[in-house]
Amino acid sequence: MTSLDTGYFGPYGGRYVPETLVPALDELERGWREIKDDPGFALELAGLQRDYVGRPTPLYRSERLAEGKSVYLKREDLCHTGAHKINNALGQALIARRLGKQRIVAETGAGQHGVAAATVCARFGLDCVVYMGSEDMARQAPNVERMRLLGAEVSAVEFGTRTLKEATSEAIRDWITNVETTHYMIGSCVGPHPYPELVGELQAVIGREAREQILTAEGRLPDAVVACVGGGSNAIGLFGGFVDDADVRLVGVEAAGAASLGTGRAGVLHGARSSLLADDDGQIADAHSISAGLDYPGVGPEHAFLRDSGRAEYVPATDDEALAAFHLLAEREGIIPALEPAHALARALELDAELVLVGLSGRGDKDLATVLSR
Amino acid sequence: MKRVSIYLMAGRDTPELAAAAVAAGADLLEIGFPFSDPLADGPVIRLAGERALAEGMRTEACLECLAETRARVDVPLIPMTYASILEAYGYDRFREAAVSAGATSFIVADLPLEAAPELPRVQLVAPTTPEERIRLAAERTDGWLYLVSLTGTTGARENVSSQLAGLVERARAVTEAPLLAGFGISTPEQAAAAAELADGIVVGSRAVEVAETEGASGLERYVASLRRAVDTVSPAVA
Repeated sequence: MTSLDTGYFGPYGGRYVPETLVPALDELERGWREIKDDPGFALELAGLQRDYVGRPTPLYRSERLAEGKSVYLKREDLCHTGAHKINNALGQALIARRLGKQRIVAETGAGQHGVAAATVCARFGLDCVVYMGSEDMARQAPNVERMRLLGAEVSAVEFGTRTLKEATSEAIRDWITNVETTHYMIGSCVGPHPYPELVGELQAVIGREAREQILTAEGRLPDAVVACVGGGSNAIGLFGGFVDDADVRLVGVEAAGAASLGTGRAGVLHGARSSLLADDDGQIADAHSISAGLDYPGVGPEHAFLRDSGRAEYVPATDDEALAAFHLLAEREGIIPALEPAHALARALELDAELVLVGLSGRGDKDLATVLSR
Repeated sequence: MKRVSIYLMAGRDTPELAAAAVAAGADLLEIGFPFSDPLADGPVIRLAGERALAEGMRTEACLECLAETRARVDVPLIPMTYASILEAYGYDRFREAAVSAGATSFIVADLPLEAAPELPRVQLVAPTTPEERIRLAAERTDGWLYLVSLTGTTGARENVSSQLAGLVERARAVTEAPLLAGFGISTPEQAAAAAELADGIVVGSRAVEVAETEGASGLERYVASLRRAVDTVSPAVA
């Protein structure tokens, strides 16, 4: 098993990491391949998804959002911990246990993945260190408190942009240093192989459920499936259920100030080649979004591949558009979404499509301070 | 004779610093081309990189710095950088530009050994690297093998890593390439201890720090102290 024979989506993906980590990635890949085909693992994961996470999550038909079209919301906001991030964290905790790693490091932007990681670490008795940019800690204070309550150490990252990009670098540096004892629980479908594939498969449960649910409800597939894209894990999970259905449009919505797919270029960040916000010299540019979870200059390599192949399209939504959709969903449906999926909702409502399925990836409690300050 | 390699971040003063390091006995120089997100680097080199970028040390400026350094020194010069810089500039174009500016090889900290075979470079191996990968790295490496003496990022440590001896032994078993140990080596005592095991040492963070705070004359004194320490292990043969 060598680094470059596997783990590519077209020209994207790979393993661009310091040599120290290559054997750990090999070990992770072997462990993942074993566990994935182990019926015991599948049974345990399914049991925990049902009883601990609350799966399957509902597919809810919105009555009052848009005239003349059916909008269905895949309610990942109803997952335990309030976002789809738990799907990945739970699976990775089982993998860490199988690999005999007692210590978990993770990065977080909005804090949703950090909370999910802290949660599963509490559940499985694992030590947990979450790296978080100090800028994000300020704007997502409730999630910092939740992580600490769950027993995790939240480590402030005080350099560079003080956001998700630096938190991810710092988590990887910790992993390089403690690689023998530590599993890196990456939060999105980014990073070196096998992470994009592994996270994508753990999130694929969203798309599998949604496809079955929409067929039951409507007797047909949706015209379009829409999800927000930061690193892209909820989108890749949702798209996975429909990618083989050629007539279903797949629409990813990026924050306008963090449109790695819309305005980015090929480059290398955090262990993978993908589409990035970078300048002509390959220096990574700062992203800007009201939503901490989308405030990332990179994106999962599979999304870059889906863009190039034309199978999925990626469009931007501005801060203001996301805020308007946030208020609309709260006022019309009594659902307070996270600002991340509010971006998806903003574009979904104006799509020229009758039957639209939107990934509502998380709930908005964490964003109240941000929204109220506008 | 054991070798001493000194890492300097590319910048306005680098040619002068390089001349001082070579006058004090540095056998080769690594010139850092800064990257915004350097995964393998600890705080000292990371901050030096941030400063260099703020001063405009983009790829073209780094290549000019390399050429100016080449005009001052005769030792091997090795740009050390990250894959993103090469992706943007183009691997072939970067190699040609750097070689014509005086580079003798390359180090790319996050480019796996299987990638970009068209770019001959010094390969790195770590304590976690299994035998078959050490063998492959030694086959592909350009001149010498860079031993990452610890699991961690660049930067000074209290002691020379206890992992170095085992790594040297495993590398010796599969290759005759010279082995230079880096990461966590900063004092003359540590330099001597690492040189007992390996064929030479690489010093980065401490050299960058000394250059920053004490300038060329301070760097010259510091490198001379490393040189003396290393030569006590293996005195130069006349």
